[in-house]
Amino acid sequence: MAVAEQTQSIEEQRRWEGSLDQLRGLVSERAITGETMLLNMGPHHPSTHGVLRLLLELDGEQIVSCLPDIGFLHTGIEKSLEDKSYEKALPLTDRMDYLSPMSNNMAYAAAVEKLLDLDVPERGQIIRVVCLELARCASHLVWLGTHAIDMGAMSVLLYAFRERERILGMFEMLSGQRMMSSYIRPGGVWRDVPDDFLPTIKQFLNDFPYKVDDYEALLTKNPIWKDRAQGVGVIEPDVALAYGMTGPALRGSGVNWDLRKAQPYCGYETYDFNVPLGEHGDVYDRYLIRIHEFRESMKILNQAVARLETVKGPYRSQNNKYCPPLRSELGQSMEAVIHHFKLWTYGYDAPDEEIYNAIESPRGEIGCYIHGTGANKPRRVHFKTPSFIHISALPVVSKGYLLADMVAIIGSVDIVLGDCDR
Amino acid sequence: MGVSSKLGNLGIVTTTVEQAVNHARTGAMWPLLFGLACCAIEYMSSQASSYDLSRFGMELNRATPRQADLLIVSGRLTRKMAPVVRQLYDQMAEPKWVISMGDCASCGGVYNNYAIVQGVDEIIPVDVYVAGCPPRPEQLLHGILTLHEKVKGERIADWA
Repeated sequence: MAVAEQTQSIEEQRRWEGSLDQLRGLVSERAITGETMLLNMGPHHPSTHGVLRLLLELDGEQIVSCLPDIGFLHTGIEKSLEDKSYEKALPLTDRMDYLSPMSNNMAYAAAVEKLLDLDVPERGQIIRVVCLELARCASHLVWLGTHAIDMGAMSVLLYAFRERERILGMFEMLSGQRMMSSYIRPGGVWRDVPDDFLPTIKQFLNDFPYKVDDYEALLTKNPIWKDRAQGVGVIEPDVALAYGMTGPALRGSGVNWDLRKAQPYCGYETYDFNVPLGEHGDVYDRYLIRIHEFRESMKILNQAVARLETVKGPYRSQNNKYCPPLRSELGQSMEAVIHHFKLWTYGYDAPDEEIYNAIESPRGEIGCYIHGTGANKPRRVHFKTPSFIHISALPVVSKGYLLADMVAIIGSVDIVLGDCDR
Repeated sequence: MGVSSKLGNLGIVTTTVEQAVNHARTGAMWPLLFGLACCAIEYMSSQASSYDLSRFGMELNRATPRQADLLIVSGRLTRKMAPVVRQLYDQMAEPKWVISMGDCASCGGVYNNYAIVQGVDEIIPVDVYVAGCPPRPEQLLHGILTLHEKVKGERIADWA
């Protein structure tokens, strides 16, 4: 058993018999001579937001270079997807970016729809928008709590998780699961919203803006917070673009790029909302952008909930070759039974084509590449995830700042290691 | 001073060393501040306002394994991470306990592939398994209380 051998050899692993020559080329010559210090940060570290390892080269407290070591959470999700039919692969996508599973579902479902040329009814699109924006709020709430703890503001987490519990309660209402909901599926959503969902979300939309005011009261003008965040971790717009950064990390540098506006999906072009932009590209601007995104999400949610009340009709595609028939039809229609059986045993064939589709997740652009085979399983599925790209930019972003700023920078680009390693 | 002056003469309380020690151990069991994946987020939820682990004397997460009593393996354990978790466990001082939180940590969960260790009990001993993907905070609380029950039943003869 490979694992048993691995653990038996732990004692040997602890004795590092290599030499610093192995690091030549990765760190500067000054580290080899001992002039600068090499410091290992992670994979078990409270502020790395998961199992990220950074090899930091320090001159005093100043960061000379930073080498990210990823893969501690590599789960083989992309490979596993190759062995599953399109419908059954969906639950695995939940578990990549575990702070906003709905966005992963959406990226995958939208890619499959593009591959199959499948249309989603209007009500399904509206429910999707509601889920995606709620997921954005839930994800930003975790970011806010953990980022504040990293910077020394302990109590914000308790406020943030109070509201997050309410959002998770709504997800549970929709899908039966708090986090890994698998609710957005190719062709629409799993089921219609339950009756008590609308009053609950209205109550939430009523309360939440005041809660955002609370968070701002705790942090925005807090002198300690400003000292830690302003002028730290500045990302120049050209650097952000060169590294392919997306989401709040890019918009904090003032680059106006939001896929909800640039390449609208789910009918985002029909909603009235703004894309907040930063000026300085520092930690503080990225904080402000996410706070503003709470408010913009509220705007979208208010419009979407109003539409949910007026727009009736099917919530997922009626094409029973790709979407299961209604439960009520199964007792009456032989055709429905056949479709149902075929879908949950074999699945469906997708054409031998390759497609790429991207959506705006809370962290940035999450794209899904699928290469079909003409049969019921894909040849290759690949996800372009924002966290991977943001980690690759950490060395250039952190250079020259102090060691204590590193946790602020990691928190502000908002990485999720499950999203990076998958 | 203190509680005795307010309550008057409390008299004599008899107990056994076993019970006193086990009471202390269950009353303030400090977990290691350690998370792997999705379950770590639910673990954070159970520490935050709604579920409030501090009711069980567990609000204090220690970032260093030297000061921790309880390792909650929250999430999928990859082969690259396995030696790290083993080392963390070895660095914890006795007595120490392990909760395997979630399906991935307990048995590999939905991942049966090249990357994931099929259960954390392949590398470290586990006291309580909590099922769920991810388990709700209530389930984790139940797992922790189950562990407390187990610790309360420990005997001097077994301490070694």
